[in-house]
Amino acid sequence: MSNNAEIIIIGGGIIGCATAYYLAKNGVKDVIVLEGSDFMGNGGSSRNGGGVRQSGRDVRELPLVMYGIKNLWPHLSEELEVDCEYHQDGNLRLGKTEAHKATLTKLADNARGVGLDVRMIDGDEVRQINPYLSHEVTCASWCPTDGHANPLTTTLGFYKMARQLGVRFITGEPVVSLGMVRGKIRKVVTPNNIYEGEKVLVAAGLDSRPILTSVGIDIPMTNSLLEALVTEAEPHMFDQMLGTAEADFYGHQTKHGSFVFGGSSGLERYNKDNGTPVTNSKTAPCICRGIMKYFPDLAKAKIVRTWAGWMDASSDGVPSLGKVDEVPGLYVACAFNGHGFGIAPAAGEQLAKLMITGTTDISLDELRYDRYKAKI
Amino acid sequence: MNKVNDRSRDIGPFVPGPDDDMLICRCEEITKGEIRKAVHDGMWTMTEIRRYLRTGMGLCQGQTCGKLVKGIVARELGVSPAELEPATSRVPMRPIEMYIFANEAKEADVHE
Repeated sequence: MSNNAEIIIIGGGIIGCATAYYLAKNGVKDVIVLEGSDFMGNGGSSRNGGGVRQSGRDVRELPLVMYGIKNLWPHLSEELEVDCEYHQDGNLRLGKTEAHKATLTKLADNARGVGLDVRMIDGDEVRQINPYLSHEVTCASWCPTDGHANPLTTTLGFYKMARQLGVRFITGEPVVSLGMVRGKIRKVVTPNNIYEGEKVLVAAGLDSRPILTSVGIDIPMTNSLLEALVTEAEPHMFDQMLGTAEADFYGHQTKHGSFVFGGSSGLERYNKDNGTPVTNSKTAPCICRGIMKYFPDLAKAKIVRTWAGWMDASSDGVPSLGKVDEVPGLYVACAFNGHGFGIAPAAGEQLAKLMITGTTDISLDELRYDRYKAKI
Repeated sequence: MNKVNDRSRDIGPFVPGPDDDMLICRCEEITKGEIRKAVHDGMWTMTEIRRYLRTGMGLCQGQTCGKLVKGIVARELGVSPAELEPATSRVPMRPIEMYIFANEAKEADVHE
């Protein structure tokens, strides 16, 4: 089989799979997706907490995620023919102190400035929405149009449909470098093969950095190890997505009945990197302690699994998305900073449109790859 | 690890079988037919099958059905089961209550 295609996508995560799907849906089926690991969607795409949320985000990425929640998420299960388990029952971002309240109020004010319906509510109103929350919770931001979904079925759903439409997916092909021919992007090199495309999208999470460096583009980002856990199935309690100002935990109850909760120990940026995302023995117990303060009723819920994943953290917390000016034909989509899942369908759809027509419905100007400047 | 795997390789069409209704993953109630169909949807590894269908994500964490699922996937792909890597085992080994798991910090206090 030929190793040439009109478009080559590097990275088989939700961004790469969604872009491939929207390309194929719009008639561009001569596409190869290269995944470095042996498994589709093996990075953050399968390891996140499933938030499909607008509140709490930086205003620069809000228009894109708002567009996706309005136009793509509501019919995604039908479109992908898998159960994405999408719930749009709101997001509570919880606070316990005056400092938390100030943080949440500022985020809510900024989001309202770009047209998002999000407001501050007090502890009593929080417990009217979710009666299981403890009295330690004194305030929250409430965004009724936020929600959650299943990252595993959604990511693999994009893969399944794109593959069905004729996109070629190859796993076990870690890209080591890119090459230009006659001033344009052309070659994609792996340890085993050389692929050639007219356009190339780099959507490889953290690994995007060394790949882009091979054509002189550098995006300042670093890794951070995030962890999550899941309980056994419990009776239905609530449908909202939850987060906290302190970032000690976040999560939701799934369709299956289990609770998926992520959280942090404070040591995320300093975890040992032995090449695979391995859980730290300190983190899950710390997440449990965090959860129990908010949900005393869950103290006896049994944890069945814990896992970890690398986050691609950029210096300013929002992704790099769009066309690379210096290298004609090259596009990037990386550094989603641990909140790439909810925004992925919109990012994939707009990237596909950009690659086909040269324009997007939502401006990506604020997310340019070359926006990083020194402080003085 | 890192074996080139072209997911467009022709594995033939899905042919319904008489025992497709057989439950394979008892915890999550996944049938043989669902597993076979998932292979034709592109889920060619144990990790993808698990994420797509939830096989092995229940209380036993795949300790009962892992081997059976592997055999079904291998047969559908026309490869030896030995070529399929098992899905990653996850901490904890047995389900454990949150309030007990949370005690890790107390142990640390004892050593201080």
